[in-house]
Amino acid sequence: MSFDIPSDTPLGQVVRAPENFVSRSDIALVNRVNDTDRRSFFKKAFAAAAVGTVAASPALAAAAKSDPAILNLPAHSKGLGQPVAARPYGLPSKYEENLQRRESPGLTRVNASSVSFCPLQGLFGVVTPSGLHFERHHQGWWDIDPTQHRLMINGLVKKQMVFTVDELMRMESVSRIHFIECGANSGMEWGNVAVPTVQYTHGMLSCSEFTGVPLIKVLEYCGVDLKKGRFILAEGADGSSMTRTIPMEMVESGEVLLAYGQNGEMLRPENGYPLRLVVPGVQGVSWVKYLRRIEVGDKPYGTKDEAIHYVDLMPDGTHRQYTSIQECKSVITTPSGGQKLLAKGFYNITGLAWSGRGKITGVDVSTDGGKNWKTARLQGPINDKSLTRFNLPWVWDGKSDVLLQSRAVDSTGYVQPAYRALREVRGEKSVYHNNAIQSWRVDAAGEVHNVHVG
Amino acid sequence: MNKFKFEQRFKDLPCRALVAAFLCSFVFGVGTAHSMDGLGKVATPDELKAWDIDVRPDFVGLPKGSGSVEKGMEVWEAQCASCHGVFGESNEVFTPLVGGTTEEDIKAGRVAALKNGSSPQRTTLMKVPTLSTLWDYINRAMPWTAPKTLSTEEVYAVTAYILNMGGLVDDDFTLSDKNMAEVQNKLPNRNGMQTNHGMWLVSGKPDVKEKRCMSNCKPASKITSSLPEYARDSHGNLKDQNRLVGPVRGSVTVADAGQKKSAEPKLSTNSGESLFKANGCVACHAVDQKKLGPSVVAVAQKYADKPDSKDYLAGKIKGGSSGVWGDMPMPAQGHLSDEDLSALSAWFLSKKK
Repeated sequence: MSFDIPSDTPLGQVVRAPENFVSRSDIALVNRVNDTDRRSFFKKAFAAAAVGTVAASPALAAAAKSDPAILNLPAHSKGLGQPVAARPYGLPSKYEENLQRRESPGLTRVNASSVSFCPLQGLFGVVTPSGLHFERHHQGWWDIDPTQHRLMINGLVKKQMVFTVDELMRMESVSRIHFIECGANSGMEWGNVAVPTVQYTHGMLSCSEFTGVPLIKVLEYCGVDLKKGRFILAEGADGSSMTRTIPMEMVESGEVLLAYGQNGEMLRPENGYPLRLVVPGVQGVSWVKYLRRIEVGDKPYGTKDEAIHYVDLMPDGTHRQYTSIQECKSVITTPSGGQKLLAKGFYNITGLAWSGRGKITGVDVSTDGGKNWKTARLQGPINDKSLTRFNLPWVWDGKSDVLLQSRAVDSTGYVQPAYRALREVRGEKSVYHNNAIQSWRVDAAGEVHNVHVG
Repeated sequence: MNKFKFEQRFKDLPCRALVAAFLCSFVFGVGTAHSMDGLGKVATPDELKAWDIDVRPDFVGLPKGSGSVEKGMEVWEAQCASCHGVFGESNEVFTPLVGGTTEEDIKAGRVAALKNGSSPQRTTLMKVPTLSTLWDYINRAMPWTAPKTLSTEEVYAVTAYILNMGGLVDDDFTLSDKNMAEVQNKLPNRNGMQTNHGMWLVSGKPDVKEKRCMSNCKPASKITSSLPEYARDSHGNLKDQNRLVGPVRGSVTVADAGQKKSAEPKLSTNSGESLFKANGCVACHAVDQKKLGPSVVAVAQKYADKPDSKDYLAGKIKGGSSGVWGDMPMPAQGHLSDEDLSALSAWFLSKKK
């Protein structure tokens, strides 16, 4: 009997020895002994396998068979590679093409007023590559000539003014890392499971380092009347001329930015090039792209996206208007829905946590659907109103009763709710601001499924 | 004076903090207070007029003017109906504008269907509490492919026509800056909004409370919802949406995905094809399979051999169409130039098998 590599073995995967090659009692033994003893233990184990029956030899055959990826030198080891600047603006490896922004089929009917979701299932750390940042356009996107773009400040200011992009970029700037999440992220999942993967359940979420000028500085320069002017209206230059009301408290905090930079370069056109508003902690619709105007006023503006859409239906039939804050939330990204674990054994459960009200102070992970929890390791630095990466070591024993969940806590002490707690207050038809705990079921084959857990 | 002596001198003064603040503002003033000097220019009245177009719920910003229901119907049928339906009821492209409200709702200012769930969809008139919102949005963003091209009269007229379709105003009504407030008081959901929640400000108070229990928090978990087996491939082959290396792979959800993928036609530089891709046609049409609309091949099969088929198709694309391939209307693509229309229809017809 020879040991063949199964034909469906994924590219690059190390083939494992058959199960039970080392018995459970031997594992317990090796865990008790020190390092020197471990080596002699393994010698003994291999020797025992070698003198075993023919049927036991596959393990040894696997160990002895040499890896063709090592023996057969590949072209890249024996030839001349590409020159510098062959691609003046670099691109990801062609082997990474599976990780793309994608639409959710059937969610919208027109792709210029639609969403593409960020592939959270394959990302590391907290910064979203700019080319994978989720998109939400209300009337298509544009690549706007920055030399022709203007920002107007009007309303309750002493001097109503116009700035060029040159002028905004001459001002003192700051760079800060913040998450942006669409208010409708996870909106399809309020009542029941609707989509298979984390890309579609949570992918209207991204995080970037934004560079720009605190809006308050520019408003003060224009002589803003902060006593009367308790609201601003932000307006875009595109066809939709997106408008949202933002309370002046947020602007006064210094956190709201007139941003032109994203992850070290200019904003991408899909993200508002050359100027967008950054409103940390607040849903994406308020981060107006292609920003052309800020009006200071004494009342909210009741715009289309705060009177017809982005209003949260409550069980009593009223809608909540001007809901903005993205409350504390988290999700496990690996392993997550639509993925398959390679084999039994060790995994690093990892995911993202964030809060629109401050910093993440803790994330707990459950593998039994929320009965028992372990505190995960947070990866620093932990930024305010930013994604925070969490990790928890875990060994999958190959059983099918695994229900993975994560639960985040923020600096206000707020704990991310289970669906039950959220629905008790808001019902199932709010569409917006679903920050419930996400559950993933791992089946006996290692396949991970999106589920709701009671 | 060195720093130490300076601090000694002011150490016991009660006004030390004030002095320090003064000195700081002087020192930093050079760096910051002047950092914007000379930047920006004062907006001219014409510039303000061109961009300051917003209309508030108290009608600040509303231009003087008027428009009739009758005129609104004309504009509607020419510019709006292809997406929103003849009666504003269409769900084909966007969510419906009209429907789901009753005479009682108009009296009460609350839409009963929002509580009892009797309407399958939430239409615009079921939600909108402020008439300014409709006027402002139509003025700034409609029609879909040519926003900001309606005249003030047309905006009033279209707004009036929507209200007429919703049973709020009569057929002979004319909406104007004089009666906007009066009509706003008829909106069926004018009393249906609330702002007494903690989600507008960072400092707001959350409405949902959860405890951070760590062990034995509940009985064994039950699965209450999962994706049905038939929906497994609803988002394509998940194998192709995950990395080739790492601790996991994507699940295979489409068995013959490998073949399908290689059979997919490659995007050429053909201008007809790039127009097809760039103008959102792919939202409803695919080359060789039916989506919301017919496949490109099916269109070619039907028309390629007919005389003037190229002009006929170009006209259909430009003006929109309905009823030929089913109930689903195709929105007008009036923004396309004649050249582009010609290239696009030629490309369609070239797909005849």
